[in-house]
Amino acid sequence: MKTYTNTGNKDTRSGFGAGLTELGQTNDNVVALCADLIGSLKMDDFKKNHPERFFQVGIAEANMIGIAAGMTIGGKIPFTGTFANFSTGRVYDQIRQSVAYSNKNVKICASHAGVTLGEDGATHQILEDIGLMKMLPGMVVINPCDFNQTKAATKAIADYVGPVYLRFGRPSVPNFTPENQSFEIGKALHLIDGTDVTILATGHLVWEALEAAKTLDEQGISAEVINIHTIKPLDNQAIINSVGKTGCVITCEEHNFLGGLGESVARILSENIPTPQEFVATKDTFGESGTPAQLMDKYGLNSNAIILAAKKVISRK
Amino acid sequence: MPDIKALTLLTTQVRRDILRMVHKVNSGHPGGSLGCAEFFVVLYKVLMNHKKEFNMDGVGEDLFFLSNGHISPVFYSVLARTGYFDVEELSTFRLINSRLQGHPTTHEGLPGVRIASGSLGQGMSVAIGAAQTKKLNNDPSLIYSLHGDGELQEGQNWEAIMYAAGNKIDNLIATVDLNGQQIDGATDDVLPMGNIKEKFEAFGWVVVEIDEGNNIEAIIEGMNLAKSKTNQQKPVCVLLKTIMGNGVDFMMHTHAWHGKAPNDDQLAIGLAQNEETLGDY
Repeated sequence: MKTYTNTGNKDTRSGFGAGLTELGQTNDNVVALCADLIGSLKMDDFKKNHPERFFQVGIAEANMIGIAAGMTIGGKIPFTGTFANFSTGRVYDQIRQSVAYSNKNVKICASHAGVTLGEDGATHQILEDIGLMKMLPGMVVINPCDFNQTKAATKAIADYVGPVYLRFGRPSVPNFTPENQSFEIGKALHLIDGTDVTILATGHLVWEALEAAKTLDEQGISAEVINIHTIKPLDNQAIINSVGKTGCVITCEEHNFLGGLGESVARILSENIPTPQEFVATKDTFGESGTPAQLMDKYGLNSNAIILAAKKVISRK
Repeated sequence: MPDIKALTLLTTQVRRDILRMVHKVNSGHPGGSLGCAEFFVVLYKVLMNHKKEFNMDGVGEDLFFLSNGHISPVFYSVLARTGYFDVEELSTFRLINSRLQGHPTTHEGLPGVRIASGSLGQGMSVAIGAAQTKKLNNDPSLIYSLHGDGELQEGQNWEAIMYAAGNKIDNLIATVDLNGQQIDGATDDVLPMGNIKEKFEAFGWVVVEIDEGNNIEAIIEGMNLAKSKTNQQKPVCVLLKTIMGNGVDFMMHTHAWHGKAPNDDQLAIGLAQNEETLGDY
């Protein structure tokens, strides 16, 4: 079984910051906006290197989205930065009308997504953002898994013309994506080949899926692991091909099972190849304060939860 | 000096367009549209330096953003009659498969429209963003925007108003259509907004008042004054006092025609008060 090496824990938001720093040097049209969270979003370097292209908007997210939409008129590529909660739910109508419906080339970059934001609690832990964003026509939704992939994704979305939602997080997590792996929007990454069960994971859950696959392998269960970094557009063919081989599937995400990756997969499968599916996701609940590891455990979002789900879904074949 | 007579003739024709558009589909917003007819005519015929061929990026030309998108009839009429698209297309307003959606949008690719609007309160932010891109591009052109007075009840405006002053967005002229009316009645009855001029000034804007917002010469004078105050480190606001429903006597001075179309008889009266000047579409 193919194995992956953690080259050292890092936060995905720092991957975003690193990608943005590079973009500042390589693409003069990239501008960055932030709603009073420069440090949290790791936008310090971009601000320092390109003060004329950095815009501190203050605690006014609706205005930030509108300004970003307006900045595209004349060729700029705005990257907005704030927490995922304030990047989506708080400004849904602004994104809907001024960005998505108007088809503006805005990159909505959202940190601290999911329960792993930790101690701040449920007010800041959005578990509904993937659903909110994927429902908007034309919106691309990306949830990279580690530092290197977030950095690559940040650079890649600058070359894509159209609205993008880029979701990442706060905690340090294993970094295993090869440093120079390019990022292809909408192209799922096959991480481990297997025959008994397909594990589709996004974001922080990808590493957990790799860990689960290792344990399952030791127990004689062959799991196929696919990194679904792009939830929209979804790589339908990769999913259908894998499930055609394994006959069952688990979807894993740090998000509500309503509206997330799991439901997108269920739709594709029900239309093409109806398949037993289990959902590793939060179950229509808010989060709470705690450490990231405690929360991942309590809400069933770690490798243990994936292992249990794998055994259950295999039994349903 | 602009040809006032020609502008007046165009305004009358625009009023006819508005009435006929909303009548045909028995929907749309004639009141605010009629109230702003003179403003749009002056904006597109006198004030703005805009190119004939529409280009979304609008580099090297002045840009306009309509925030109160429900007055799309006047916007569409003036866009068509200043050459952005064929006036015959006005007959498709609000019909299925039309580029002239109920509220303006870029989605169907109508030339002249650079942002969707309709959900209120968003246009000020968009205009500010476009103004900042002008500066980044070293483009000395100006950004114009229009907002309803009732629309100022949306909180996003005040985020934008604060930001524009704090960031010296001085290549923007944001005009507020002060007609004192909104859907449910007079703005003072629905939600009194106090002294709007003092509010803008307190936020750090320069305010120009146009008391006769339906008088073409007064609009030209006031807007030129506003223009003279750009590029001086402060955003510029124009308070344009208009009469909702202007030019059609039974639609004036009331909120009743905010979002209601005239019936056949009412259309005939309205058109009789605004005789054809440049040819109906």
